[in-house]
Amino acid sequence: MSTAQLVCSGLTKHYGDQMVVDHLSFELRAGECLGVIGPNGAGKTTTFRMCLGLTTPESGSVEVFGLHMPQDLLSIKSRLGVVSQFDSLDPDFSCEENLLVYGRYFGMRSADIRARVPGLLEFASLTQKAKAKPGELSGGMRRRLSLARALINDPALLLLDEPTTGLDPQARHLMWERLQQLLQQGKSILLTTHFMDEAERLCDRLLVIDHGRKIAEGKPRDLIEKYLESDVVEVYGGSAQHSAIGLTNSPLRQLAQRVECSGDTVFFYTQSAQALLQALLDYPGLRSLHRPANLEDLFLKLTGRQIREGA
Amino acid sequence: MHLRFWPVFLRNLLVWRKLLLPSLIANIAEPLMWLVAFGYGMGALVGHVSFEGQHVPYILFLASGSICMSAMNAATFEALYSAFSRMHVQKTWDGIMNAPVRLDDVLLAEMLWAAFKALFTITAILVVMTLLGICQTWKLLLAWPILLGVGITFSCMALVFNALAKGYDFFTYYFTLFLTPMMFLSGVFFPLDTLPDALKLFAWCLPLTHAVALVRPLFLDQWPHWVGVHAAVLTLYAMVSWKIALSLTQRRFRK
Repeated sequence: MSTAQLVCSGLTKHYGDQMVVDHLSFELRAGECLGVIGPNGAGKTTTFRMCLGLTTPESGSVEVFGLHMPQDLLSIKSRLGVVSQFDSLDPDFSCEENLLVYGRYFGMRSADIRARVPGLLEFASLTQKAKAKPGELSGGMRRRLSLARALINDPALLLLDEPTTGLDPQARHLMWERLQQLLQQGKSILLTTHFMDEAERLCDRLLVIDHGRKIAEGKPRDLIEKYLESDVVEVYGGSAQHSAIGLTNSPLRQLAQRVECSGDTVFFYTQSAQALLQALLDYPGLRSLHRPANLEDLFLKLTGRQIREGA
Repeated sequence: MHLRFWPVFLRNLLVWRKLLLPSLIANIAEPLMWLVAFGYGMGALVGHVSFEGQHVPYILFLASGSICMSAMNAATFEALYSAFSRMHVQKTWDGIMNAPVRLDDVLLAEMLWAAFKALFTITAILVVMTLLGICQTWKLLLAWPILLGVGITFSCMALVFNALAKGYDFFTYYFTLFLTPMMFLSGVFFPLDTLPDALKLFAWCLPLTHAVALVRPLFLDQWPHWVGVHAAVLTLYAMVSWKIALSLTQRRFRK
């Protein structure tokens, strides 16, 4: 028997005749951070809502801590911490009061909540802002207050829907640091994100979904090794001499396993870049960048480069 | 009924306590202005009104009706505009439902909260009416729980429209097509006897008419007739609206 904190089996959901989640199964083990990545409209948020019992799947099941959603919804939620995509902080309350009021929803006694508040504010680096209202806080502070609020009941499992979207780099790094601390304390985290560096840094395992289906699952490094060549050489074309399209048909093409073209940039994927870099010296007008393949390459390979704005 | 609604109710109470003064003025000053302007102004023209064979000073007649209207308005405003802000604009409900609280608990809290706001408003008005000497009978104490019931009825009804709203503009329909006609047809400002039969029949279908029928005699130091019927109509409105509001709100959140 594994110590799975969250088990989703065969989740399926339609909106109209569009299939949003398509027989999706995954599990989250105790103490791990599982990242769910996918383009807009891939079904991340719907899956997230099904885990919370906010959306009922047409088929399939959600089990949290061995309890069943939605029958055991209240006992599950009492041990869960949630940060949703959009802040739902109380604008009329100070940081302190936000935590106090939220703790009561868990049936906690005021004295017990009060005892936890200073520690949580410190964790969120908001001790100085205890009396400030959310409207007076920066975006990063508001997200950290949302995280502190989600920790009021000392949950074993945290569900975080895009916790750093819209934050500046400093605020994101502070958030990552805090999430790493929580993982060190032994908490489990389910995280959806659009940031591949975030996924790579925080997640033990990743679930890549698109069109509601699981298209890959595994450790970030393993996935990169499995699906990608080790090196990438980006070449910026667009000059009169060398258009991007022209480069993909040039002799350079033979020196890479795989080539992709996006706008004026050509991506050469290769197991060894030496020959390619040598050959590029014959094109003095071109700028290029040699780097190891990363999660973003993986993501684009698996889900394509086309924009999903309609979703 | 489960006590899970209580922390949500308490949350609203805490916010309200911060905004007590402006809230007090909005809830009490306006009804009192109506009463003073119409009661004394119109009262001077009208003098006395005949009610069940009794000659009643117009201001007393008006006070007994307008207090029901105040309960209706206070509950309606809270369950429409304020509840909608919390539900839709601030996403407060979404935050609460990430904790072990269900949507029906949140809705119950909102319903009782709007009724409480009505109770608070009418309590303050009753105190002022007594101090002004408009009405001084111990039977006002009986009007108090009835008006809480009126608050509950209108709060349930407003939550139906809250569940359907896409924006604040939607509430204009409810006010213009329902609340305002009801205000004029429920015997608040003039006795129903003056209406043509068809309108009279329609008036007796409206919940506010039954609220006034229960409360007015108490103000005049009499006893209301047909208490069971009036109470049953108000209860029926409340229960049916509650069921509809709950199922529409659940549908709204089931996306």
